[in-house]
Amino acid sequence: MSQLSVPHLLGIKNLTESDIQLVFETADQFKEVLGRPIKKVPSLRDVTIANIFFENSTRTKLSFELAEKRLSADVINFSAGQSSVKKGETLVDTVNNILAMKVDMVVMRHHHAGAAMFLSKHVKASIVNAGDGAHEHPTQALLDAYSIRERLGDVAGKRVLIVGDILHSRVALSNIFALQKLGATVTVCGPQSLIPRYIEELGVEVAIDFDQALKKADVVNMLRVQNERMEYSYFPSTREYVMQYGLTSERLGRLDHTPLIMHPGPINRGVELSSEIADSSDAIILDQVENGVAVRMAVLYLLASAM
Amino acid sequence: MSETLLLDSKAIHLLLHRLANQLLEHHLDFSDTVLIGLQPRGIYFANRLGELLREEYGIKDLSLGYLDITFFRDDFRRSQEPLKANKTKIDFLVENKKVVFIDDVLYTGRSIQSALSAIQSFGRPKAIELLVLIDRRFSRHLPIQPNYRGRQVDAINQERVKVCWKENEGEDAVYILNNTL
Repeated sequence: MSQLSVPHLLGIKNLTESDIQLVFETADQFKEVLGRPIKKVPSLRDVTIANIFFENSTRTKLSFELAEKRLSADVINFSAGQSSVKKGETLVDTVNNILAMKVDMVVMRHHHAGAAMFLSKHVKASIVNAGDGAHEHPTQALLDAYSIRERLGDVAGKRVLIVGDILHSRVALSNIFALQKLGATVTVCGPQSLIPRYIEELGVEVAIDFDQALKKADVVNMLRVQNERMEYSYFPSTREYVMQYGLTSERLGRLDHTPLIMHPGPINRGVELSSEIADSSDAIILDQVENGVAVRMAVLYLLASAM
Repeated sequence: MSETLLLDSKAIHLLLHRLANQLLEHHLDFSDTVLIGLQPRGIYFANRLGELLREEYGIKDLSLGYLDITFFRDDFRRSQEPLKANKTKIDFLVENKKVVFIDDVLYTGRSIQSALSAIQSFGRPKAIELLVLIDRRFSRHLPIQPNYRGRQVDAINQERVKVCWKENEGEDAVYILNNTL
């Protein structure tokens, strides 16, 4: 198979395992391209891509933009802060106005869950979801799984522990879907208040005791506490959170193995991860960022090839 | 569909030796030359030539790599079949080297055009040459000709040249397939 089964990347939920494997195989080749003295290929030279960000982003936006430029696509950027959205324009109108300038693909981040799906039904362009509310962040999950595969050889059979603010996290949901499709076992761990109800329905285990859960983990993915999405306090104090769910060298020292440590960024140093751990060789945080460009190039390339 | 044998394993064996000798004549000890097999089909041919040069002609330091041209093709989003990328493996510098592209069949010349663009990502070669096993004359879309050729054939457009290698298809042979009959 050399084509994705979907015309848009809205979420991991819609992908098949062979779609994910195809993205990985294509990303392998792009990773090689990114190691060349000249890191650019002409594949998407006749494609124009709009990056529409209704929510703040550093990593994802830069990563997508770099991926697009490495593929030779023409790129336009749009941030909601400086736009007519403030004047009351609807999402479909905003995007259709951008598409009227002959744009072929839209990469969108939006604060509402389902925004990418909504857009895909109303506009004529290939849509890539760069994060929609607390729903999905498919490219992050792809690059996370790709990074695990790169380090550990395979994702199948691995035990992955996702720790922290599961409730507000689109990264957690996309990761759960991706890892399960690839054959990994997923456990989520965090304060009861930050674990969504009925999450067991997705086939994940729930752990409240971080130390116990760590003993069984091959990979631990530490999520950021998303203070900006919290309307009220979900745990008594940051200090208490760190004591129970912060990954420190002391905590890792009690284990008889060292799991692979991941974080989707941005890190709250001293909260989810101690600085020492974040900078250690077992943490693959910067590998994740590096792989992000190759994985996004693969996604854009595969979607464009079917347009 | 009819299938005509163009070259058998003995003929291919002779051709490989002749081409290896021609390369030796022009590149001597290969200290300044790199061989690049073009993915996907040129790599078997390149490996065979490499093996021959190393084992029978005593070339010790032979640089041999593979170049995939998928991302440089001019028919992306234009062909019916989706293009799947293969592995590029060039673990040496091509800057100021003489590069020899190796492919099994030269047909329209478009793959070679893409390869000429793709190799630029690895530096500026001193010169680039082309070596092919089968040169399909009269079917070029671009002004590209090989420097070394195994056999020239006048296949018409309905015909296809199929190159088989022992390590892949179980035999060394070249066939002409005719779809019209």
